[in-house]
Amino acid sequence: MPETKKLMYINRKAPYGTIYAWESLEVVLIGAAFEQDVSVAFMDDGVYQLTKGQDTTGIGMKNFSPTYTALGDYEVNKIYVDKESLEERGLTLDDLQHLVWEDEDEDYAEKDSIRLVSRAELSEVLADQDVLFNF
Amino acid sequence: MSSIEANGKTYETDEEGYLADLNTWDKDVAVVMAKIDDCELTENHWEVINFLREYYEEYQIAPAVRVLTKAIGKKLGKDKGNSKYLYELFPYGPAKQACKYAGLPKPTGCV
Repeated sequence: MPETKKLMYINRKAPYGTIYAWESLEVVLIGAAFEQDVSVAFMDDGVYQLTKGQDTTGIGMKNFSPTYTALGDYEVNKIYVDKESLEERGLTLDDLQHLVWEDEDEDYAEKDSIRLVSRAELSEVLADQDVLFNF
Repeated sequence: MSSIEANGKTYETDEEGYLADLNTWDKDVAVVMAKIDDCELTENHWEVINFLREYYEEYQIAPAVRVLTKAIGKKLGKDKGNSKYLYELFPYGPAKQACKYAGLPKPTGCV
């Protein structure tokens, strides 16, 4: 059994307009099958990816925001959100979707996946990773 | 673009037989797709197919087989939430084959 690596996917772009956000999400879901230590970070305009109430009817793109709520099923439950990026955009945690995962060891208790961190704290988490993927 | 005929209707599919537009799905096309694979759909098959359609409706993706197995176990019971049961129903791979009959795209990460 090869050693588990710490992989982090960093999302910095708004959800639509470019393909980065959706591609990143797909890569995260695919990568989740390899049983690595996966975490995801949202910073800069990337925090918009997690906002509630997205409506894409006007731009003719698929609204993939519900897919973020599946991350817990894929055992991706370390989701870091940069606090300063939220504040700079006038957003709070309440503007984001509530992402949870179910702890099988505790009778499927729902636990929060989002960890609100300061930029300094996020830097420390980044420094601790083996591999970073930037989107 | 290929297509499938069911009950006098034509359904467009991709080259692997997945529906081009999931909104065109109905039970007739699922039955015909299964027949092409020599598979007769039973209540147990429909349980999984309906589950997948609900999952897609909620999350906008077709789940990976590991996720499907776990979720089926939770919803329909442990005796159904295991690969043996699901592979017996869908020998070509539960995610791949069941998603096809459910009119969904191929699961993300499936080659």
